[in-house]
Amino acid sequence: MDKSVKVHVCMGPAALAAGGAEVLQAFESVMGEKNVPADFRKECSIHKVGCLGLCAKDVLVDVFVDEQKTTYEHIKPDMVQRIVDEHIIGGSPVDEWEVKEDYHKFHAKQVKVVLSDCGYIDPENIEAYRAVGGYSAIEKILSSMTPEEVIDTMKKSGLRGRGGAGFPTGVKWEACRKATGDQKYIICNADEGDPGAFMDRAVIEGNPHAVIEGMAIGAYAIGATKGYVYIRAEYPLAIERLKKAIPAARDKGYLGTNIINKGFDFDIKLKLGAGAFVCGEETALIASIEGQRGMPRAKPPFPVHRGLWGKPTVINNVETLANIPYIISKGAEWFSSHGTERSKGTKVFALTGKSVNTGLIEVPMGITLREIIYDIGGGIENGKKLKAVQTGGPSGGCLTADMLDINVDYESLAKVGSIVGSGGMIVLDEDDCMVNVAKYFLNFTRDESCGKCVPCRIGTKRLLEILDRITKGLGKEGDLELLENLSSDIKSASLCGLGQTAPNPVLSTIKYFRDEYEAHIKDKKCPAKACRDLLTYSILEDFCKGCGLCMKACTAGAITGDEKKPHTINASACIKCGSCFDVCKFKSVARE
Amino acid sequence: MDEKLQALIKDFRDHGGNIISLLQETQDAFGYVPEEAVFYFSEELGIPASNFFGVLTFYAQFCLKPRGKNIITACRGTACHVKGSERIITNLKRELKLTDEDNTTDDKQFTLEQVACVGSCSIAPVVIVNSKILGKMTTDKVYREINSLRKEASHG
Repeated sequence: MDKSVKVHVCMGPAALAAGGAEVLQAFESVMGEKNVPADFRKECSIHKVGCLGLCAKDVLVDVFVDEQKTTYEHIKPDMVQRIVDEHIIGGSPVDEWEVKEDYHKFHAKQVKVVLSDCGYIDPENIEAYRAVGGYSAIEKILSSMTPEEVIDTMKKSGLRGRGGAGFPTGVKWEACRKATGDQKYIICNADEGDPGAFMDRAVIEGNPHAVIEGMAIGAYAIGATKGYVYIRAEYPLAIERLKKAIPAARDKGYLGTNIINKGFDFDIKLKLGAGAFVCGEETALIASIEGQRGMPRAKPPFPVHRGLWGKPTVINNVETLANIPYIISKGAEWFSSHGTERSKGTKVFALTGKSVNTGLIEVPMGITLREIIYDIGGGIENGKKLKAVQTGGPSGGCLTADMLDINVDYESLAKVGSIVGSGGMIVLDEDDCMVNVAKYFLNFTRDESCGKCVPCRIGTKRLLEILDRITKGLGKEGDLELLENLSSDIKSASLCGLGQTAPNPVLSTIKYFRDEYEAHIKDKKCPAKACRDLLTYSILEDFCKGCGLCMKACTAGAITGDEKKPHTINASACIKCGSCFDVCKFKSVARE
Repeated sequence: MDEKLQALIKDFRDHGGNIISLLQETQDAFGYVPEEAVFYFSEELGIPASNFFGVLTFYAQFCLKPRGKNIITACRGTACHVKGSERIITNLKRELKLTDEDNTTDDKQFTLEQVACVGSCSIAPVVIVNSKILGKMTTDKVYREINSLRKEASHG
């Protein structure tokens, strides 16, 4: 047969959990048994690829027969045999397992720059990256551009830092270029600490060479010869990918001394973070690389003047760096043609929570929230109502259901009290209590506060105590004003970005969901029925069939009753875990 | 133990002397960072023990007590939170009779840890059992994992 066949198995974070490795193995063994590779004379290969995006449908598999692509969803190892027999050998795709219209809708409004090769190339094969134009950007700048021209291109492109603050990358590079110092450093910040965000993890796992190339370009622009990737220890696969990619790049002459014989030296070391959210802050990250407690210091001096070991240092986020090779190759005009007046390009978001489709998406800046939630995300699961969308993690705020037509870009989100942040986007529905969400974030920032400055260390603790009291039904008149005042003090008096933004989830939820706070404080009720201490469970005698499921599910032994007769809950033993409510098939457990 | 510690110290000296890396490697070697190791390093390297403890207690990754044979890590990310991770954790603590302070069972079979986010948000809530990532978890599903590990243990 004079055909070519390629199989791409998604091995993103969610696909691995869904059995991606087993599916890959199944393809290898089934195709090996049938001797498929020998029959397909042109090409026959099986690849693991990075996140294909729509994680809710994992494991996703792309099968290319003569470049004709078919995507399959929810693939399990035992389904592989049929795909090989009917599609790869037989020539007719297995229609019933193919992705449906919603998969195409999920991708329709997306624009891929950073993720353009993620999911299509084998991340562990440098040749796969080169085949799609990888490392041509570093070749281009080393043969035909001065560092100043590179910086100029960055400034023209309008690229802004994707880690959260949105500082223009070209301006940062220029400041470091102009700083005096015998040694300069570039650091890739891969300490993705926002809970509910996995963009950087997916980019490194899906296309590590783009990050390496971006760092090398940055190093050339600012005049650095050494670079560090500071990465979370919680991302073992991303670390493994970098541990393979860095030596591979060195072998091909893209790292090390005299890069591609152009007289430029640059090399990269990996540093594993040890689990501290505050290390996302530039000066804290530097302290951590130096081996100390990751505590921030006052700025100025900024790291571009005095950074790692006192030397001028640029710190860029993973997604920022992964944009750079594409900007150099395709030009600043091409990049800035996406996005809005002041927010150029695209942004990767981790769309999670209660939307139907969850996964990794890349959209042009300025897209409306409605398009993200309803067109890409497919709406809210289980037919529930959208309540809010949380962006920016512990430093961000909430967008409400009335704000669906807002443009998602740096300026528009800031105007309504939230931020683009690093790209976590958590969809909340009517079952989510906003006071509880604020408490969740404050619990996080209280834990992660480094303790150096008083407003953050003690302020976040006090905020949390008040929120905790409110969710337990012990809220008092005046608590909301106290929360607001304390929040504004913490924001203005804290040393670093962690403390300065920590009260945002509180302020934003009070602003848009004040009535929900008041229901907790005045009526001692949680309208979303999420705050455990404000709920009571009882069994409705008329509906209970006495099936015993709830009794089995109750870990506290609070439910009693005879078979086929209505059961009862002993309120004093009930721990309000809600297990009985979840298991009852007859809706006979009341929760109030 | 001394031999292992000497090897770690040599590595520390050869690689520019980074305390965090030294402690990470110590934890890799022992499963936790024993107090004796810290005093040994302090003595040998002439670095105050408080520097080591400062780093150890600052970063979430480090563990100063021996951990159980099986590590259960519950993700506390935002997506997991809104999908019910809190309830899973509460139930697990009850099942394993653990508290916030003491997160290892008396028989040293299980340690329950919590992590800020593992980045598998689209399959929330996530629980990791001995580095196996399990998505869309429920209390029942975690119990099943625990019970099968208990069976393994009792069969030697």
